[in-house]
Amino acid sequence: MNATAAKVVSPAAAVRPRGIAPVWAAAAVAFLLGSIVIGVAVGPIDLGFGGIATSLAERLRIPGISSSLSATEESILWEIRMPRIVLAALVGGMLSLAGATYQGVFRNPLVDPYLLGVAAGAGLGATLAIAYLPDGLRGQQALPAAAFVGGAVAVFLTYSVGRSANRGRDTTTLVLAGVTVASFFTALQTFVQQQNADTLQQVYTWILGSIPSSGWSDVVLVLPYVAVATVVILVYRRVVDVLSLGDDEAASLGVDVRRVRLTLVVAATVGTAAAVAVCGLIGFVGIIVPHAIRMLAGVGYRALLPLSVIVGAGFLVLADVIARTALAPAEIPLGIVTAFFGAPFFALVLRTSRGSA
Amino acid sequence: MLRSSIFVAGAIVAALVVLVSGAAAGPAAPPAFPVTITTAAGKVTIQKRPVRIISLSPTATESLFAIGAGPQVVAVDDQSDYPKNAPRTTLSGFTPNVEAIAAYRPDLVVASYDPKGLVSALGRLGIPVVLHGAASTFKGAYQQLRQLGMVTGHEPGAKRVIAGMKEKIGEIVKTSRSRANGLSVYHEVSPDFYSASTKSFVGKVYAALGLENIADAADSAGTGFPQLSAEYIVSASPDLIVLADTVCCGQKPSTVASRPGWDRISAVRTGSIVRIHDSIASRWGPRLVSFFRAMSSALARL
Repeated sequence: MNATAAKVVSPAAAVRPRGIAPVWAAAAVAFLLGSIVIGVAVGPIDLGFGGIATSLAERLRIPGISSSLSATEESILWEIRMPRIVLAALVGGMLSLAGATYQGVFRNPLVDPYLLGVAAGAGLGATLAIAYLPDGLRGQQALPAAAFVGGAVAVFLTYSVGRSANRGRDTTTLVLAGVTVASFFTALQTFVQQQNADTLQQVYTWILGSIPSSGWSDVVLVLPYVAVATVVILVYRRVVDVLSLGDDEAASLGVDVRRVRLTLVVAATVGTAAAVAVCGLIGFVGIIVPHAIRMLAGVGYRALLPLSVIVGAGFLVLADVIARTALAPAEIPLGIVTAFFGAPFFALVLRTSRGSA
Repeated sequence: MLRSSIFVAGAIVAALVVLVSGAAAGPAAPPAFPVTITTAAGKVTIQKRPVRIISLSPTATESLFAIGAGPQVVAVDDQSDYPKNAPRTTLSGFTPNVEAIAAYRPDLVVASYDPKGLVSALGRLGIPVVLHGAASTFKGAYQQLRQLGMVTGHEPGAKRVIAGMKEKIGEIVKTSRSRANGLSVYHEVSPDFYSASTKSFVGKVYAALGLENIADAADSAGTGFPQLSAEYIVSASPDLIVLADTVCCGQKPSTVASRPGWDRISAVRTGSIVRIHDSIASRWGPRLVSFFRAMSSALARL
């Protein structure tokens, strides 16, 4: 798998940086729209397609149509299901975009958005908040903030360690620094968790990862970070292609490698930290979505990055549909779903693209 | 002949003395050790009345003190926060350190988990362990209480506690069952909607009161603790919400009411949200009665 994946990512092997082919753009958008329609229509409570349609029509102020849903069903649709779909789309898009960005910047196909320690740091922050904050501050308000700060601190440490070793030139040093910081933070996190066995369950479910049914508040919380990070990365999407050629080549082409890399890493990290802060650790999305696109569409980063946002969003919306309906009215942790359905899918992509990639 | 009749008379007197003294001592007679009980982990034999007991189970700590074995307890684990006068230490029941436990020179250890071969490790040191895992029925909980009574020499005390519990719970069930008729309950273990079905011990409380438990529909796996979806809870609109996550997770009626869509739920509209201390709701000891009392007063308000 390594050989295949490396070949695909390695400097513009068979791939010429180019814009998005209309057919792939259309396919990606259709996938996202389809996922959203399924996400809205399917849930543990059957609202009926007609009911949802009339409710939507009423919200869109289409004259002559009023919702056939009951007040409770309206609440379920607009206050629980819709925000959860939007949040899944934001987080899925962000994680796969961050994964693709890291893979380009670090020229390593096995890299995921949690590479630089953001997950371990966020985990420690969340665990500290769960274990030590007083009753009033704990829970929904303080947890995301603590996780975000923890993630940011971990990545900052990674960067400092990596730079002090090698002036930030060598990406391998940075990756190693990330592994080091992540192990250290994970050790701290596990220790704090063990010392506070009474809150074990809460930490455990946070680490498993899920899209919370917390209404629009979490959407509002995550949206600014994800929006800014996405815009910044997409603005630099052509430069990622240049960076993926190698630092020297990129420098000779007039790219300020260190500054661009820092900008991209900061943007991807901020977005990931916001996603992790609200949803915990959702694995696999950041790795499989970019690779699947690469193998199917054979595109460079210029097209890969925007496609990753769209397909990643659709993928997580679909995964969350499974998480909340497969055992309805019980839930399955989303992290399990992404891996359980993502892994076979990815294996299939690997098989079918063996010849073309 | 004379000699033999004196002997017989002496024997009769001696027998009478034994009989009378035994009758006078009544239930306070020193119980017969060694005692052998059978737990889920197998047979345990206690050679003589233990005087240096360690409890690594918060439930067992509550039970030991309730049946009168408190003075024999030398150390309890870091989670045993009730009763307040229990000798709480930093010993852990989740990540137990055999050396630290052995350092107290216990002659009996009571635990609810057996992580990393705790029972066999202590067994090699000659320390008997009573392993009482989480009970899933009242019968199981009473059985554990009775066994703790037997192994500590407080069987009468244990029997009294059990009889008291049965009597009080019986009264509450009798008066509350008619009020609970046809009402539904949602028991919240954590704010991400982990709940407790009738398969769990707490679930048995709701079943005894005749409440319908909305988590039952979600527990096809039979774990006792399914995670419910928010849509389902809002749609099921339970008449009672019981919060067992007030301590761990800072939940209270106002935080519940502010969740999206929850203002539609019957219990939120009528203010029928019961706060039960996390530890009462997660243990299976004598404070089960407090749980029933809280439920009965909530039902009385409905």
